[in-house]
Amino acid sequence: MKYTLSVIVENHSGVLSKISGLFSRRAFNIDSLAVGVTSNPAISRITIVANGDEYVVEQLEKQLNKLIPVIKVKRLVEGEYVSRELALIKVHCNSKQRGDLMRIAELMSAKIVDVAQNTLTFEITDTNDRIQTLSDLVKPYGIKEIVRTGTVAIEKGQGEVYHSGFND
Amino acid sequence: MISGADIMIKCLEAEGVDTVFGYPGAAICPFYDSLYKSNIKHILVRMEQSAVHAANGYSRCSNKVGVCVATSGPGATNMVTGIATAYADSIPVICITGQVKRELLGRDVFQEADITGACEPFVKHSYLVNDTKDLPRVFKEAFHIATTGRMGPVLIDIPQDVQEETIESFEYPEKVDIVGYKPNYRGHKMQIKRAVELIKKADKPLIVAGGGVLSSGSKLKLVRFSEKTGIPVISTLMGIGVMPSEHENYLGMLGTHGKKYANRALHESDLLIVCGARLGDRAVAKPDQVSRTSKIIHIDIDPAEIGKNVTTTVPIVGDMKNVIEKLLEDVGDYHITQEWCDTYSEWKKKMFRIPPVHEGFVEPRSLVAKLSFMMKSKGILVADVGQNQIWCANNFRIREGRFLTTGGMGTMGYSVPAAIGAKLARPTRDVVAVCGDGSFQMNLTELGTIMQNKVDVKIIVMRNNRLGMVRELQTNIYGNRFSGTILEDPDFKKIAEAYGIKTAEVNSNEEAEKIAEKMFKLKEPFVLICNVAPETPSI
Repeated sequence: MKYTLSVIVENHSGVLSKISGLFSRRAFNIDSLAVGVTSNPAISRITIVANGDEYVVEQLEKQLNKLIPVIKVKRLVEGEYVSRELALIKVHCNSKQRGDLMRIAELMSAKIVDVAQNTLTFEITDTNDRIQTLSDLVKPYGIKEIVRTGTVAIEKGQGEVYHSGFND
Repeated sequence: MISGADIMIKCLEAEGVDTVFGYPGAAICPFYDSLYKSNIKHILVRMEQSAVHAANGYSRCSNKVGVCVATSGPGATNMVTGIATAYADSIPVICITGQVKRELLGRDVFQEADITGACEPFVKHSYLVNDTKDLPRVFKEAFHIATTGRMGPVLIDIPQDVQEETIESFEYPEKVDIVGYKPNYRGHKMQIKRAVELIKKADKPLIVAGGGVLSSGSKLKLVRFSEKTGIPVISTLMGIGVMPSEHENYLGMLGTHGKKYANRALHESDLLIVCGARLGDRAVAKPDQVSRTSKIIHIDIDPAEIGKNVTTTVPIVGDMKNVIEKLLEDVGDYHITQEWCDTYSEWKKKMFRIPPVHEGFVEPRSLVAKLSFMMKSKGILVADVGQNQIWCANNFRIREGRFLTTGGMGTMGYSVPAAIGAKLARPTRDVVAVCGDGSFQMNLTELGTIMQNKVDVKIIVMRNNRLGMVRELQTNIYGNRFSGTILEDPDFKKIAEAYGIKTAEVNSNEEAEKIAEKMFKLKEPFVLICNVAPETPSI
């Protein structure tokens, strides 16, 4: 079972290692992890995507909650949140292939952020699945490099994991 | 102007600390210099691990937090086992380590070790102090975190130049405010209601008490609850002492090395009230088997313990004292049936046996039972790890005293330093450390600490020239192939004498008791070496 955790933490050094340590000591792998500061600079938000059964997720939630710098942990419910990640994909491309690749970019709502004599670089911000689709589509042309961020997620509508207390 | 080191002393004073256990070194020298000028007593141990164990014993026997100090690098890494021990047993300890100067951090300079990193998995919390101005807040938070919620060790790593730097003034914060740390002390009302319903419906309820009952100070409340309802009590290794051993409602320790009748009760009961216990593998080998046949109420201050090892019917997160008080109120005049009462009393009578004597040797189990009554009623017995631990756990007849051991980590060498801490916390009580010849030698050098500080600790060494617990395992499982378990001992008497400590060696219980009687009259330490038959089993 794949699950997404939103973890609100104090923005200190060492917090990330405490969190990743909880996973590694149980030999669990993290699929993706993204950290960024919230509207309150003293507080960061970490989005973790990982695999595990119900017991594992529940234990992790509790263990994360036990860490002193962790302020809140929330497991996001499938279908009730929007998630995105960003990828930069550099593809081999000669002048004849450029047109085809530009069409793929258009179809997938990806941007072309760099064009060189023999390469072309896409930027795509989308769900994990759609990014996979784009990467599959351009694979035949030869992917030179691919860089992906972790998933970030936010609840739909009124739902909020943490109210930072800032109104502006 | 005030230096970081002076601030550290002032923080300790503000927390009421009057004793610290430690071992100096270059990176902690500024602190030691300030300590020299203060009224705080310093106990110089012989190795940093012992400083943590001593602080651990001190914490467990006083209402204060044990504090230990070491230098950077090897001083700090020597503490690791002690810290892990305190963590596994949920004992509040403050560990202060010196660190290399801030500008040198991460350069692998002399005696640099990333101790906050190394201890990450087994501290409740840790700090690497980067700014002298943070010291008061860090100390305030550290003591708060160590002693509230589920207790545990907190590490404060302080670079040498943070200790040296001077700042304008010192002010100790009055309050702590940590957004991410708000332990829940009151049990959920609804869950308590459900628990009471379960208790009222139960035919054969049983209380399983762990270390949490002792650390929350709810021992007497639990006894009252058991007496009022008639519900019998079994305990984990860490829970020994929740009830006087000879109380008619008490059935002893459960588990692999526990009492037969305690385990029988566990398996026959239809409702387990688990209080401050995590039910680790040595307590309940197959937890799902238990939860299949009986309902489980699990009371713990740590929400992460609920459902971790055993499936729970009613979870109650909260402070044991509050929860038991509430249960006691709400349970009304419920009392267990006479039948259940008769059943377990019968088991207790039927399954009791006196251990057989091996001619020419001390019978350790009978000796421990005997020692319990030779010690004063409030005596503290510290058991080490190995067969000696099980002999003590099952045979020490606790009255108003304490039984200390490391049930979670099982660290050999715990007893002597922990006993030193216990004695310094409770100077008027009898303090006895019981160890094997293996565990005695692990922290043997602490005889030096005992000598230098004249700590009146009685050490009983159960010597069988074996690493007995593993030897027993090899007998039972590995076809008597005694791989690495035969132990050649030095002349322990000569060693004790070299430290100026009185000593005796005995080969029978009569002899042992005669010496012990004299030993308890002495107001000084003593090492009593008891030769035990190698084939003596744990239970």
